Amino acid sequence: MTSKEQILQNIRTNNVVKNTPLPDYSNFGLTFEDRFEKFTTMLESVGGKALIIKKEELDKTIKEIYPDEKVISTNVDICGLGNFDSNKEDDPHNLKDIDLAVVKGEFAVAENGAVWLKNKENRHRSLYFIAQNIVLVVNKNSLLNNMHEAYDLISFEKSTYGVFVSGPSKTADIEQSLVIGAHGPKSGYIIFVE
Amino acid sequence: MSIKHPENAAKFVANDERMHWHDKALWFVREKRDKASKSIPEWEQLREYADQIKTHTMSNLDTYLLEFEENATKRGITVHWAKDAQEHNEIVHKLLSANKVTKLVKSKSMLTEECHLNPYLESRGIQVVDTDLGERIVQLRDEPPSHIVLPAIHLKKSDVSDTFHEHLGTQKGNDDPTYLTRAARASLREDFLTAQAGLTGVNFAIAETGGVVVCTNEGNADMGASVPPLHIASMGIEKIIPRLEDLSVFTRLLARSATGQPITSYTSHFHGPIEGGQMHIVIVDNKRTPFLQSESYKKALNCIRCGACMNTCPIYRRSGGHSYEYVIPGPIGSTLSTFRAPKKHKTLSFACTLCGSCTNVCPVKIDLDSQLYTHRQDLREKNIISNQKRLGMQAAVWLMTKPALFNFVGKVARKIVPKLPKGMIYNKFNVWGKQRDLPNMPEKSFKDLYKEGLKDD
Repeated sequence: MTSKEQILQNIRTNNVVKNTPLPDYSNFGLTFEDRFEKFTTMLESVGGKALIIKKEELDKTIKEIYPDEKVISTNVDICGLGNFDSNKEDDPHNLKDIDLAVVKGEFAVAENGAVWLKNKENRHRSLYFIAQNIVLVVNKNSLLNNMHEAYDLISFEKSTYGVFVSGPSKTADIEQSLVIGAHGPKSGYIIFVE
Repeated sequence: MSIKHPENAAKFVANDERMHWHDKALWFVREKRDKASKSIPEWEQLREYADQIKTHTMSNLDTYLLEFEENATKRGITVHWAKDAQEHNEIVHKLLSANKVTKLVKSKSMLTEECHLNPYLESRGIQVVDTDLGERIVQLRDEPPSHIVLPAIHLKKSDVSDTFHEHLGTQKGNDDPTYLTRAARASLREDFLTAQAGLTGVNFAIAETGGVVVCTNEGNADMGASVPPLHIASMGIEKIIPRLEDLSVFTRLLARSATGQPITSYTSHFHGPIEGGQMHIVIVDNKRTPFLQSESYKKALNCIRCGACMNTCPIYRRSGGHSYEYVIPGPIGSTLSTFRAPKKHKTLSFACTLCGSCTNVCPVKIDLDSQLYTHRQDLREKNIISNQKRLGMQAAVWLMTKPALFNFVGKVARKIVPKLPKGMIYNKFNVWGKQRDLPNMPEKSFKDLYKEGLKDD
């Protein structure tokens, strides 16, 4: 008997767990009058920052926040600051010198300050983590209430990876002191465009 | 060899200042959990849902594992099955040697701790680098993690400073957390860029989509799984959930229960290898299936490893994770370990005050305090507990089944005990007397007071 067969047999033999139906999440979960305000509060509580700007102001805004970053990679059409095309690189290791990644977020979730990223047009998923700083650009109309609404929109057709990002990377492993910037980006902004 | 929680705890408690500091640090996390859970009006409903999903899954576990394997395979992921720790380690080693891996970057995985993967690979010439900061700290100190979410919670920043000075060459005496974290970041970034493979644990595996979800704050799992060409994910059979939408329940519960955060910084959904790379998933049993056959302990398998039960446990907070000498400490670890190896872990279910706090905070509603209580009876029935404990329990049963005698003994005790010399009460036979004093003896028994109360009504 293979290990697989043995494990399956062990599961089937004398399993005393009684079946129970799976829940239905329609119309479930809290909602907010002002989603942006909730989103901002949640994001700030985990070390990130959110802004709402006009579409035309994107480059100027990013330049103001990150005046000194040299190597910039972006997959956002309306961002003109990119000078490094990650998709042209065959090896993800070559992304190691990126100072700033400006990345498109599919939608955001107010209840926890998270943004959903998927890699359909981004060749290297490492871009989100290897860059020293990150800006996520989200359409202002794509701001949901809660995670139940979020998973209604998620699928993995034609993509092998997706991630909820909430704030920059961080750790509190040394005496519970919060330090922003562990392995992933050291700072992160979420910019909603109108 | 059986482990002795009371003796281990005594060593931890001996440093009074550190014990209280540890207690406070964890209570702080528990309070953050309370705030987070209270901010969600439907919190109790979420726990109910989580319980239902897990129970449904466990009763159909074979079906969902097969569905998962089929869908994962369609996505180009190779699925392996391991009946025990040995087989898991062999599979991982085989994959690494076939790909000529000399350095592996690992993100936190309690399963690989359980399987003792690190020493297994190291003795075969493969360098293993734990990349979660807390895990890295304890790895450099050659210690196991003392908590499943906060692996270095037992250490002070001065300890970390000394460790990093020795291993990473940081300034002696500089214990600034930001400075130390930056030093670790620089060193680990080098490891991420030079390793040929990354290994992650699995928080959730989705049958419907054939992918796995990993939750971290540091982004280490993603660095490890997206830079090197080979990604191996190790998962216990119990990590499976049926549908993608069920993740909405668990992603809302997990981080809030663990650290009070609304969600972890990264909740990553791996559904295939990186371009030109490979992804492998190892599904491990290692003594999990017997839980499905036990009415008393089946729910222990539903655990999502948030650590809320340890943060709230008055015993864990005051005895430290290492005193449990098991890969998972605290209430959940006590019940898991005692079920798996009762002789070895017989003291753990007695390291419980039955306060029930663990059960109250558990996001998937595991009946932890009931399980620990039941363990005591099972251990007694199997005649596994010590003679001293068994005789004590027998004497208590004998006395309590004789109400008249019990009343009489109570009356006598209230008169005599206050007059006894301290040495009679506090000696080596009465371990409860250590660091405890008796309260003043009341004039009347509870029974007398109760009767008087009835008259007043």
